[in-house]
Amino acid sequence: MEAIWHSFENLASSFGDMIFLALIKDDAYQYLWRGLRTSLLLTLLAAVVGVVLGLLLAIAKLQDVDSLTGNRFVVGLRRLLAGFANGYISVVRGTPAVVQLLVLYFVIYSQVLKKIPGFGSIPDMVIAGIAFGINSGAYVAEIIRAGIMAVDRGQTEAGRSLGLSAGTTMAFIVIPQAVKNVLPALGNEFIVLLKETSVAGYIGIADLTKGAQTIGGNIYNFTVPLLCAAYVYFLMTTVLSTGIGALERRLHKSD
Amino acid sequence: MIEVKNLHKYFGELEVLKGIDAHIEKGDCVCVIGPSGGGKSTFLRCINLLEMPTKGDILIEGVSAMQNLRQLDKLRQKVGMVFQQFNLFPHMTVLENVTLAPVKLKKMTKAEAAEHAMELLDRVGLAEKADVYPNRLSGGQKQRVAIARALAMNPDVLLFDEPTSALDPEMVGEVLEVMKGLALNNATMVVVTHEMGFAREVGNRIFFIDGGVISEEGTPDDIFNHPQKPRTREFLSKVL
Repeated sequence: MEAIWHSFENLASSFGDMIFLALIKDDAYQYLWRGLRTSLLLTLLAAVVGVVLGLLLAIAKLQDVDSLTGNRFVVGLRRLLAGFANGYISVVRGTPAVVQLLVLYFVIYSQVLKKIPGFGSIPDMVIAGIAFGINSGAYVAEIIRAGIMAVDRGQTEAGRSLGLSAGTTMAFIVIPQAVKNVLPALGNEFIVLLKETSVAGYIGIADLTKGAQTIGGNIYNFTVPLLCAAYVYFLMTTVLSTGIGALERRLHKSD
Repeated sequence: MIEVKNLHKYFGELEVLKGIDAHIEKGDCVCVIGPSGGGKSTFLRCINLLEMPTKGDILIEGVSAMQNLRQLDKLRQKVGMVFQQFNLFPHMTVLENVTLAPVKLKKMTKAEAAEHAMELLDRVGLAEKADVYPNRLSGGQKQRVAIARALAMNPDVLLFDEPTSALDPEMVGEVLEVMKGLALNNATMVVVTHEMGFAREVGNRIFFIDGGVISEEGTPDDIFNHPQKPRTREFLSKVL
């Protein structure tokens, strides 16, 4: 008992020192600050890639739902697209993001792309952004697909009955309505993405988590830097979810 | 104007249309009546190929739809449709609902389409609602906007799929009034309806569809006053 109490006392008395060492001495907080900016930039990059990819995959996957009529080649092509999207989504959702990141970096980039002239010096950030985007795209695709399917069929029929093409109907009638449906789930996905980027350190990117580890390594104590990193992540996700909530309320005003 | 040839439609194993032949002439107001599940709506939806016929063909202005599936969008521009559930675009104003198709299909410039749309909205009595979103409209008003939207493409034929079935009773009249105005102006129309009064008064031809075929066809006088088939008589005795 005495021993435990003693160690608590030690912890408390040294806490001030630890904060000083972990954050202030030699401007150590800079590791966290730069790390945070890297994490946010990486999230943004991955989100853009993920949304674009997700939208394309969702549309590809939906090719199987419509009643398929018309010429055989077109029908075959549509089935192929849907099949590809299905396969992609299954594989990406069935493997861990870290492994995908490592495969993209150490296999596809280092072993293949690097040997092609002109692709030799892609920044690590871009590789990581694409890797997380590829991962997120699969989840975004399912979110968008569900949002599109939730739009009443009559909307598509009204568009097509006016003579609008399937693409125009999708772009100007269905998707604008689907956006409202998917916003909450998409917001969640961005929050997941921000947290997921914490494994970027595996390929040597100095993100927030890596920054905390670096400080910990320098001062031989991980308590303060890791707790600080956790707090910053929490702060960011809270800001994100509050922002999404506000946006959602504004969009629903027009209902 | 529109020729329906030996039209068959299966939904899976179920044969909904069992061979329909029909001719719709310019200026016709064809009213399609019959029991629920008889294939009325499917017949109508096959005319603009929202349902793809399993067998047979639809000729629009002499052009075979089944042999020109690539030009389907072009053919549909000639055939306007009004739905039971209105299907207005909720994220667009009334004016945008009406101008969307003519502008996107490059039939008109934005200004021309807006001018045309205002004329049409005036015709259905809703010009003052042009900048309002559909959720602010009553059912009857929504359906009148939907009619204006269908007219915006200057279609050769207008299809109505039970246009008053989803309306509160007091709003049925205003929609039928607009449709009657169109018929009096010699618009070509095919109307699936349960409004026998409208069919009798405004229609110049009646199709009685039952069991997937046009089981009886004729003028309103033929069908309502001198029905030949027992099934027609039975149906009319229940609804009149």
